[in-house]
Amino acid sequence: MAFEGLADRLQGVIKKVTGKGKVSEQDVKEMTREVRLALLEADVNFKVVKDLVKRIKERAVGQEVLESLTPGQQVIKVVKEELTDLMGGEQSKIDAADRPPTVIMMVGLQGAGKTTTTGKLANLLRKKYNKTPLLVACDVYRPAAIKQLETLGKQLQMPVFSMGTDTNPVEITEKAIAKAKEDHNDYVIIDTAGRLHVDNDLMDELQKMKEIAQPNEILLVVDAMTGQDAVNVAESFNDQLDITGVVLTKLDGDTRGGAALSIKAVTDKPIKFAGMGEKLDQLEAFHPERMASRILGMGDVLTLIEKAQTTVDEKQAKELEEKMRTMSFTFDDFLEQMSQVKKMGPLEDLLGMLPGAGKIKGLKNIQVDEKQLAHVEAIVQSMTKEERIKPEIMNAGRKKRIAKGSGTSVSQVNRLLKQFDEMKKMMKQMTNMQKGKKGKGMKFPFM
Amino acid sequence: MGFMDKIKNKFKQNNAEEVTEKYKEGMQKTRKSFSGKINDLVARYRKVDEDFFEELEEVLITADVGVGTVMDLIDELKMEVKRQNIKDSKKVKEIISEKLVEIYYDGDDEDIETLQLSNGELSVILVVGVNGVGKTTSIGKLAYKLKQQGKNVVLAAGDTFRAGAIEQLEVWGERTGVPVIKHKEGSDPAAVIFDGVKAAKSRNADVLICDTAGRLQNKVNLMNELAKVKRVISREVPGAPQEVLLVLDATTGQNALQQAKTFSDAAGVTGIVLTKLDGTAKGGIVLAIRHELNIPVKFVGLGEQVDDFQEFDAHAFVYGLFSDMLDEE
Repeated sequence: MAFEGLADRLQGVIKKVTGKGKVSEQDVKEMTREVRLALLEADVNFKVVKDLVKRIKERAVGQEVLESLTPGQQVIKVVKEELTDLMGGEQSKIDAADRPPTVIMMVGLQGAGKTTTTGKLANLLRKKYNKTPLLVACDVYRPAAIKQLETLGKQLQMPVFSMGTDTNPVEITEKAIAKAKEDHNDYVIIDTAGRLHVDNDLMDELQKMKEIAQPNEILLVVDAMTGQDAVNVAESFNDQLDITGVVLTKLDGDTRGGAALSIKAVTDKPIKFAGMGEKLDQLEAFHPERMASRILGMGDVLTLIEKAQTTVDEKQAKELEEKMRTMSFTFDDFLEQMSQVKKMGPLEDLLGMLPGAGKIKGLKNIQVDEKQLAHVEAIVQSMTKEERIKPEIMNAGRKKRIAKGSGTSVSQVNRLLKQFDEMKKMMKQMTNMQKGKKGKGMKFPFM
Repeated sequence: MGFMDKIKNKFKQNNAEEVTEKYKEGMQKTRKSFSGKINDLVARYRKVDEDFFEELEEVLITADVGVGTVMDLIDELKMEVKRQNIKDSKKVKEIISEKLVEIYYDGDDEDIETLQLSNGELSVILVVGVNGVGKTTSIGKLAYKLKQQGKNVVLAAGDTFRAGAIEQLEVWGERTGVPVIKHKEGSDPAAVIFDGVKAAKSRNADVLICDTAGRLQNKVNLMNELAKVKRVISREVPGAPQEVLLVLDATTGQNALQQAKTFSDAAGVTGIVLTKLDGTAKGGIVLAIRHELNIPVKFVGLGEQVDDFQEFDAHAFVYGLFSDMLDEE
């Protein structure tokens, strides 16, 4: 990985500090320098970093850190608190109109993901709040942009209002709202063309659309990968349109997303939603605290735990634990485990959420091949009931049959059998170890 | 001869006034904020000291040059200042730009800067990148450019995922008078590219440009799909693709480096198209990409018009960033 998280960055300084009776001011200076670099590497705007570092320094030089036994941890804690503070609380509500329809305008640079987000937001409004949105295609500039929204509308089975590319977007807006009133749509989501914040003509056009539409929300759609320029873009859109909130897109990538912090700092407008994938149901409420962890490269433990909680059946987990202890773990249990893990989402995503996963050798550049998992699944499913419980009865004939049934090879079957055997051995060791340390039960048996 | 003079001379020799004007115009916003800041910095600091360097560091970071590259640069500058015993901040200015171009031209093999196409036989250009960087638009503009040069061009609509992507490429095909080979939305991109190659061959085309769906570089399956598309091209046309162009949005921050790395691993990127440089973003990350991965920028997008798509010229790029400073001297 090109970037190190804050914790990794602080390692060196902390090593120097541990063992010392007292942390000097010089040490604090070095630590804050590392904090600064970590934030800059995460694309947080340098002005925002400057302010943050100043506050962090004040708190660090004060009693809090110097007298702490673990100054490194303390610094991280202070930084995270400051970041979370700056990000503000969770705010994913759409401000509804007293009299419908509620009008939402989507604005932003080219390629930020406005059209896709328009579709996702409409889907969310219908699914979560039972609303009936009308989508409005006002991007008359980019070739086939209208077609894109129409296709999304078809996929969602939602009405899309468009007047082709020859009509002025201001006029389209006016007609669309009239149409929504006529058809009793309670929400109108206007997809606008991407534009540069310094393009005066097109920014004027947005202002005119705003006047006509009197929107309840103007959402600025920003690519999470945006660098230092995020402040200019956000500031400029906010000055000219007084936006009401931000949608951060492409957060399912591996960017740190420091832009989120910059945008919040310069506009003081909440980030309401986050785009988490290419599918139309992958728009989520934005979690400021998790974002703070992500920017610092501390992994997204909260999301991981939440995922585990919602997908892993507590009772099944207990049963599995019991089975591991009594060594009666079979291929059926193995399958069960796999499906539990799979329910939590792609494995690589899970690994990404683990703090320090980048530091563990072997995990560093791991590429989880979901196909291989499918093979494993097929192999187990091709076994008879007896074979799953007593793998020791396996012989050449059985292996051949399994390989044929699962569309794999005998060597693949052999490999799995060997892995399973090793897994059982490992479980034995682990359960033995646990007997010594009571109370520390395994929470996630599959990890 | 000073470094700035060298750049100036280079322009006189090349008679590249027109190109330079485009860069000057397109990068107006970029330049103002960047060289303005350096000028401002130099004006405020008579002396070259630690604070000066710290602020300089910030100016460079604002251009998204990348923290690692900036740190290297600052270290080198500090050494140079010490060696030449420079106290006057004005003199540092020249060294700064000198070092910046040096970072870009590490090996100075300007050959790889230009589009490498085979002569007399079919060349294939594969265009890749994350979502929303401007792949399809860049392809449209590139097709126009190649057509202007008298080349026979065919486009393959390999983005079968995003709604409206095929239609978008078709509009560009109509505008530029270039045939577009397509399948239905949702079909296998490798199959579309395969048909594209077949069609390009039967039409005796000079260049086939293949569009692909935008994909985030951490999606392993999608990166594998890309590798497959590339394999299909290599199998059907020996020696192809001649170019694999990664399209980068100039507003992208540090993640661009990761994009360049991962896309290179999957598809062997040969060059970069830097889009949306007409905003306020500086696109400084291309310096880091060249510095660390030795991938050159081949084209830049300086505006919405078809002819705002230009061959990259590092000297012009630096000239664009520093021309205010140059004119002053």
